[in-house]
Amino acid sequence: MTGTFVGMPKFPVAAREALADTQLRRNLAHATATIRDKRARVVAEVENWEELRLAGAAIKDAALASLDEHLVRLEERLTAAGATVRWARDAEEACAIVAEVAQAHGIDEVVKVKSMVTQEIGLNEALEAQGIAAWETDLAELIVQLGDDLPSHILVPAIHRNRAEIREIFRRRMDGAEDLTDEPAVLAGAARAHLRAKFLSARMAVSGANFAVAETGTLVVVESEGNGRMCLTLPEVLVSVVGIEKVVPTWEDLDVFLRLLPRSSTGERMNPYTSTWTGVTPGDGPQEVVVVLLDNGRTRALADQVGRQALRCIRCSACLNSCPVYERVGGHAYGSVYPGPIGAILNPLLKGVGVDEQVDSLPYASSLCGACFEVCPVRIDIPSVLVDLRSQVVDAHRGGIPSRESVAMKGAAATFSSGKRLGLAERAARLGTGVAARFGASAWTGARDLPRAPRESFRAWWRRTDGGRS
Amino acid sequence: MRVALMVTCINDALFPDVGKAVVTLLRRLGVEVDFPEAQTCCGQPMVNTGYLDEAVPPLRSFVKAFDGYDAIVTPSGSCAGSARHQHGIVARRSGDPELVAAVERTGPRTYELSEFLVDVLHVTDVGAYFPHRVTYHPTCHSLRMLGVGDKPTQLLDAVRGLELVDLPRAEECCGFGGTFAVKNADTSVAMVSDKARHVRETGAEVLVAGDNSCLMNIGGALTRQRAGVRVMHLAEVLASTEES
Repeated sequence: MTGTFVGMPKFPVAAREALADTQLRRNLAHATATIRDKRARVVAEVENWEELRLAGAAIKDAALASLDEHLVRLEERLTAAGATVRWARDAEEACAIVAEVAQAHGIDEVVKVKSMVTQEIGLNEALEAQGIAAWETDLAELIVQLGDDLPSHILVPAIHRNRAEIREIFRRRMDGAEDLTDEPAVLAGAARAHLRAKFLSARMAVSGANFAVAETGTLVVVESEGNGRMCLTLPEVLVSVVGIEKVVPTWEDLDVFLRLLPRSSTGERMNPYTSTWTGVTPGDGPQEVVVVLLDNGRTRALADQVGRQALRCIRCSACLNSCPVYERVGGHAYGSVYPGPIGAILNPLLKGVGVDEQVDSLPYASSLCGACFEVCPVRIDIPSVLVDLRSQVVDAHRGGIPSRESVAMKGAAATFSSGKRLGLAERAARLGTGVAARFGASAWTGARDLPRAPRESFRAWWRRTDGGRS
Repeated sequence: MRVALMVTCINDALFPDVGKAVVTLLRRLGVEVDFPEAQTCCGQPMVNTGYLDEAVPPLRSFVKAFDGYDAIVTPSGSCAGSARHQHGIVARRSGDPELVAAVERTGPRTYELSEFLVDVLHVTDVGAYFPHRVTYHPTCHSLRMLGVGDKPTQLLDAVRGLELVDLPRAEECCGFGGTFAVKNADTSVAMVSDKARHVRETGAEVLVAGDNSCLMNIGGALTRQRAGVRVMHLAEVLASTEES
């Protein structure tokens, strides 16, 4: 049983609580700084990094522009290779398909490869409701699962935990783990022994996919620990849930992404395990392969002219690690398995602006500093998408009861409609203090002094002295 | 070359000395600037909060003030970024083709101060004198939206008497972000606390930046802490001479 993001408060409220968690602040500052520095070092080694980023963005844009053709092709190739392709409109349909496959084989226990999309659709909870136990096999996902916790990072879901906390979770939930120390190697060893038993007994695995190659019908999983390779090769049945935006047209396209992804995510030159499989290989590996192609809001995002670039995302987490907001509040405050800057745009794009105030608060969870865009391997202009989504949030509420903010903005628009009006307002506001007050002085003065108001505005000075000439 | 000063609403109302410093500095370099009085605000506070329609009136005053100038100089990376990267969005949404055409003229002619000095006037030594220990915060929009690079530090390096010390984690946002500081006040305060701590670690007496919104944020925290560090805009440092 894991926790749930359902009913999370809006971002500022959740952030306030997270900011007060000193252990969380320390864990995050340390972990993000480490990955950030590693990434910067290995990216600097690649001379044509900017060209690679452009290529990655271009390949994804082209694939998304003819997504319908590529998906049909992918289905044809997968089917020809012995896989069964199922289409799922939403989370409910996708979860039902996975449960149905398990039940058809009388399976009540599955092992899982780390996958964002199965978190997105709440697969573990849905399977549990059907009496099917789903075991996470990625070390960090295991920590989250055993701790009845929620993931707070895309790549490192237990980034908010330190090793002392992890030891406590293992001691509580693993057999024979009473004497564990908090040495990383000891903790990894305990997880290894725990997982080995699961790998050997499970008859079915569930995975996602980092990429789906249309021309060959090949799915690709990129990982570091080898647990994924175990899941993809040992069980009899393999179900892969794949977001429709994961499709790339050709095998050659992978070249670009397999160079962009490891350096951006783990800060490694190459990831340790890259598994590729094309349907069923007779006598080798899973003999039943099911691929669930999932929409769950992706076509909605695709229809958004500014926001559709978010579908280029290859889930590397570089934007999280570089974000000053994420570094301080952590992932839970975003109320989704997709936290950080990418989550701030992806959630509203997938779920729709105006669906609830939590989702509508996400585009504002950024100072628009642009650090995310700078590191994004597929050049998603997150700040521009955030600003566009903010306008969608505002537009969704136009015509309703005016908020204090909307009244202030309309007032400012009127004041700023001419230099003369602004000059009068500046005098009326006794130069500045009123302007500052309009932008919420109490939230400001809690921690900062306000600037001292000058005797006259620049405008008034210019007029009085003829631009300093008299 | 006809040059206009876009002072920005925040400098106009709260920091007039920065506008005066730009005038003094450019005059010393032989450039006479106009101050078109029709100017108000670039519209960024509205755009970044999501109020695109409300950004149209300030954009119209912007165009009325600045269309026709060869160069529009502003002591703000953020407002220059707004003119170059956001005015098109607002103008297109207004549905007014003349406004769209106008911002296509004004956007590319808008320069942040250090860009104007280094790229247009081709000077890095502006003849300034400022005998103090200084650290420099690059500000996000100058750094990432405009890509001013090391132009501001080239200018500071050439100031006589000035000792420039590196700011730890200089490129990290100070937490201002316009209405972000109000809508996400707690996160903003956490960010500015760290920024202020890094500034204090340098032992500098003066923190310099090219944007008064960021300086108002960091400076507000520093004075609240009685940190003994003051903030100054790049223009004020560059305008300083042995006489002043």
